[in-house]
Amino acid sequence: MAYMVDNLVQPNISSVASNLGPDWLSSEQSTGTSIMACEFDGGVVIGADSRATTGAYISNRFADKLTKITDYIYCCRSGSAADTQAISDIVAYHLSLHKMELGMEPLVETAANVFRELCYNYRDSLMAGILVAGWDSRKGGQVYSIPLGGMCVRQPISIGGSGSTYVYGYMDAQYKPNMSRDECVKLVENTLALAMSRDGSSGGVIRIGVITEKGTERKVILGNELPQFYEG
Amino acid sequence: MSSIGTGYDLSASQFSPDGRVFQVEYAQKAVENGGTVIGLRGKDGIVFAVEKIVTSKLYEVGTNKRIFNIDQHVGMAVSGLISDARQIVEIARSEASSYKSQYGIGIPLKYLNERVSMYMHAYTLYSAVRPYGCSVILGAYEHDGPAMYMIDPSGVSYGYYGCAVGKAKQSAKTEIEKLKLSEMTCNELVKEAARIIYLVHDELKDKQFELEMSWVGKHTNGRHERIPADIKTDAETKAKQAMAEDSDSETEDML
Repeated sequence: MAYMVDNLVQPNISSVASNLGPDWLSSEQSTGTSIMACEFDGGVVIGADSRATTGAYISNRFADKLTKITDYIYCCRSGSAADTQAISDIVAYHLSLHKMELGMEPLVETAANVFRELCYNYRDSLMAGILVAGWDSRKGGQVYSIPLGGMCVRQPISIGGSGSTYVYGYMDAQYKPNMSRDECVKLVENTLALAMSRDGSSGGVIRIGVITEKGTERKVILGNELPQFYEG
Repeated sequence: MSSIGTGYDLSASQFSPDGRVFQVEYAQKAVENGGTVIGLRGKDGIVFAVEKIVTSKLYEVGTNKRIFNIDQHVGMAVSGLISDARQIVEIARSEASSYKSQYGIGIPLKYLNERVSMYMHAYTLYSAVRPYGCSVILGAYEHDGPAMYMIDPSGVSYGYYGCAVGKAKQSAKTEIEKLKLSEMTCNELVKEAARIIYLVHDELKDKQFELEMSWVGKHTNGRHERIPADIKTDAETKAKQAMAEDSDSETEDML
């Protein structure tokens, strides 16, 4: 509060004054992130780095940004950790109720719409960029991207988070329709590794999830096992 | 009939000593006075047919329709008190639209049926209200095929292959039972439905009626629509022919 008063009286000093302390004291805990999801015939591959930052400080180096919503639907979270965790919890609760009422697994489309509803209605107060991915018997593997304003769009492949900006070109160049499961996993690994090496707020390990009719398989690629590329 | 109720029939919130709720039973009676409505579920869709009784020649043709669209993909045919039924249509519509705005897809019929049933049932629980004097049939063509439910004033509902309510429900049911519904297409069902309505219509008691028909199926892309005029007229002509042949053979038997 003292800062606030100072800023009002001597606005020019404010930037100097706020630089005196470390930024993690005042910054929000956020997942400056690289996330990715990719559809293949019969399922989806999801992936994320594991770095959670508070300003420049790495507050968690093995965070899990792949969050379970139902047995067949996951989401990849980017933006404010608090916001996205809260949204995921609400949607997971909502869909578990919906599953009971409906007597069947909720559709991925349904999950994406519940996310969109929240993200759109509270767009002014939220910092959340979410990829919803999963499998259902009707449309198979699906990826829905819900970026900052609360739009919702289905995409065969999608990336998100701060790291994504560095690798859009790579993804576009490498993507081809009808890729196999293994090709998708490899593409997600490579794209994320590239994003993590260029983006300061992404890093750590790569977490991968594959969602199919059989359920979810997860794996981790440790820091020393990441795919290597030229670093100029 | 004279001793029926004996004080226990004034309120829907009270059981009679032998465990009945008379108000609900009276509401069911109200439905039995309405025109006959049938719903047929074939292999590729649902067909509704309604015998709308016209009590005066002065009424405009096509007023007070008894088949409604609840959503693009859901149809509802109603029997009984039309004004009660229109209220059910209204809540079914709002239920369907709120589902769509929340979940982004059309409401599953199973879910809509549950919601509407619950609503109708709630009106059998309190002394301040009366039960709905109508039965409704819900139909849709969904990913896993056609689905049809009927809800009666007590709030009970069942899934059906073929169902009938209203005045001539008994004879209509007998006719429906003769059909091999699960092997029939919508085009075949339309003819049968028209024939059954013409057959069960009682010319002596109710002189005039309008046939109202709709369908939802694979061929309509899952949309519930009124049956095109040419197909309907064709089915109606065939139904009238069948009636004429029927009465011819009857007179021959007499001879």
